[in-house]
Amino acid sequence: MKIKEIVKKFEEKIKDIDFKELREYKRDKGIKIFAHFPVYAPHEIFHSFDILLLGLNGAGNEIEILHADARFGSFICSIVKSTMELGLSKRLDFIDGFFFTGICDAARNLCFVYKRNFPNKEVIFLHFPQNPETEHAINFLETEYRRLIKILEDVTGKKFSEDKLRESIKIYNENRKLQRKLYEIRKNNPDKLSTYELYTLIRAGNYIPVEEHNKVLKDAIDFIPEREAIKRDRIKVLIEGSFCEQPPFELLKLLDDVGCHILDDDFVIGRRLIIDEVKPDNNPVRALAEAYIKKTRYLSVKHSGKKFKSSYFIENVKKLNPEAVIFMYAKFCEPGLFDYVLFKKELEKEGIPYLFLEFEEKMWNFDRIQLEIETFFESLIFV
Amino acid sequence: MDKKKKYQGRMHGLQRELMERWYRKLHEIYEQDRKEAVYIMISGNPVELIRAFDMEPVYPEINALQLAIRKQALPALLKAEEMGYSTDNCNYVKADVGMFFMNSPTSLGTRIPRPALILCNFVGCNTYIKWFEHLAEYTGAPLYMLDIPFMRYEKPTDDDVNYVVNQLKEIVKILEDITGRKFDIDKLREIVKKARIMEELWAKVKNLAKAKPAPFDAYFDSTTMMGPLYVYRGTDEGIKFFEEAIREFEEKIEKGIGTVPEEKFRVVVEGPPPYPYFRVMRDLLARWGAVAVQSTYSTVGGIWEFGFRHDENDPLRAIALHMIEANLPNRNYLQRYEQIKRYVKEWDADALIIHGVKSCRLFSCGQGDMREFFIQDLGIPTLYIESDLEDPRYFSAAQMQNRIDAFFEALEHKKALSKS
Repeated sequence: MKIKEIVKKFEEKIKDIDFKELREYKRDKGIKIFAHFPVYAPHEIFHSFDILLLGLNGAGNEIEILHADARFGSFICSIVKSTMELGLSKRLDFIDGFFFTGICDAARNLCFVYKRNFPNKEVIFLHFPQNPETEHAINFLETEYRRLIKILEDVTGKKFSEDKLRESIKIYNENRKLQRKLYEIRKNNPDKLSTYELYTLIRAGNYIPVEEHNKVLKDAIDFIPEREAIKRDRIKVLIEGSFCEQPPFELLKLLDDVGCHILDDDFVIGRRLIIDEVKPDNNPVRALAEAYIKKTRYLSVKHSGKKFKSSYFIENVKKLNPEAVIFMYAKFCEPGLFDYVLFKKELEKEGIPYLFLEFEEKMWNFDRIQLEIETFFESLIFV
Repeated sequence: MDKKKKYQGRMHGLQRELMERWYRKLHEIYEQDRKEAVYIMISGNPVELIRAFDMEPVYPEINALQLAIRKQALPALLKAEEMGYSTDNCNYVKADVGMFFMNSPTSLGTRIPRPALILCNFVGCNTYIKWFEHLAEYTGAPLYMLDIPFMRYEKPTDDDVNYVVNQLKEIVKILEDITGRKFDIDKLREIVKKARIMEELWAKVKNLAKAKPAPFDAYFDSTTMMGPLYVYRGTDEGIKFFEEAIREFEEKIEKGIGTVPEEKFRVVVEGPPPYPYFRVMRDLLARWGAVAVQSTYSTVGGIWEFGFRHDENDPLRAIALHMIEANLPNRNYLQRYEQIKRYVKEWDADALIIHGVKSCRLFSCGQGDMREFFIQDLGIPTLYIESDLEDPRYFSAAQMQNRIDAFFEALEHKKALSKS
């Protein structure tokens, strides 16, 4: 019962595109709030300045796109448009600054369109290196992080503290560890934690202080053993492709309803992109830079170096040994749709079945997609 | 006059000759299986460094656009879609990949050699990364991801420049290994110097379009000149080509000859051309006496008309600076607004045409905001039209004509009113 309550509470928070609670929180605490566009942001640096970093995830099907369509043309993904709409409709007017990286051409342009349309906000763009093979990439990212630190010093009037950053890194290490733990639980025991619940628990972290999120995750982990298992037949699958724009909640629920036993997925991946502990010994800024370059999971918007991304992908598939892979890409997501071709090639070599699905934030009819998944599963069982 | 050649002058003939020579050279490398081809991208390309090792650049974009302009792209696109590439993916990539898997010759019937090195000059266009990741997987050739920091401020920082120079040094080592030759900085200096001379000439060409009437169309004819600009930068042939182009254009200026019988509208064009309907689009504008006097597309490989030049005294730094700050794709969207704003003012244009391209989000994502800026903030008449740079399925001639006609009718009316 307890987890259901937690999930219910955060479900409302996630769906509230007016961010009522966050606005109140800001007013009560007198803190600065920044917002970041997916996929990844160095949360620890913001945290060390006591800035709350809101993770933007578009606006689902909660928003009416009135102005943003005219700014971006026809062939652009939903999240770029809904993020613009959130800004133009003044729903983000309480945000002090925005943080973008060059994950794709569309997101990068959005950053600068934001800059023009919201001249009074701090709009920060960081260049994340795409050459992990060169030792200079870590040096470069460290200088980018130091530039971010300088901006945040100016914005907050506070002096940067290495010790505070070390502390922040520890808290986020804990956060990532707890997220991984929950993922393990769902992998091993899908009857006790549904994908929709896991998703809500993870995504909740985008809206609340990390300390509170850690507590939520810990509570959830503690409550799970005493939960009653809902037993049902399931097909073991791996989900790939929703690393940036998020599928509609209805679609996530549908994955549970049709009997997916999801071994791994990349929903809101930015929050757990770093797969290893960050060790903030001497130079915590460099440690964070190094973690992004060297200690991350493969990602469609990050070049993987000499070893092909498709090799990392298929290794992950083989390790988890699903019965099938479901690709779930946002419509018009160029990086994802490109990777799909190379990933599916690897699955075909191994004889592993897969299904390709596309979604948009504004989807409202899920019958067709449900039928597609069910037909696919039937073909796995009976053919 | 031969109707097909109505827009063509000496420059076009020379361009064809140079491009065919390059294709033949590539074919020779292919036939003799020499390890001399380096695949690079057009945008902010470091071709000088490749030439310093006597390697030949292969630009997959040129292969793709040649297919499109000769109306041969569709089978390659369909092949790629059959392999799983989305209809929404960049059609340049799809045409190139499709062509590779169909093992088809170039539009001239020649062959493209396999890459000795795939050098991804990542200058802003994230699709470049994907394109070359795919080519590396398909060909098995070594890939170097040359990561160029994006222009997030007015000027590059020292950290930006050092980061790129350090990577260029790594590439030098790789090229030394591939060729078995030692890097000769004096040779690079000589090539960079020739590039600088050519850039001077190209900047002059662009400035000649300030004449009224403009002696060439700075969208369509500039696109033609972009071939030699990238394939022959740093060579004597390249210098000669632009000297000849200047001669031709200066003659035309002297005689008051433009590219249409009567130049009525001077426009700036933003966005890549609709290659499958290159000529159709040109005709649609020419009917109105509309001539492009500047274009952003002609600056994807480099922006030289505002003064940037390669400096042979510090060649690696010059290459780095060019890649970071002096090409359109690596500059941010608002810097593009400023570039267009200068074009409209300094080239005395009447209007801006934005060609939104389905395939290319680097160009088109945000063009609605751009239109808003130019119309609302600057009061510059702006036309937005949409098609694709490679895929013939996204072009509707009737719709395009409607929009273009309506725009110029209104513009003509406005002009007449302001005169009276």
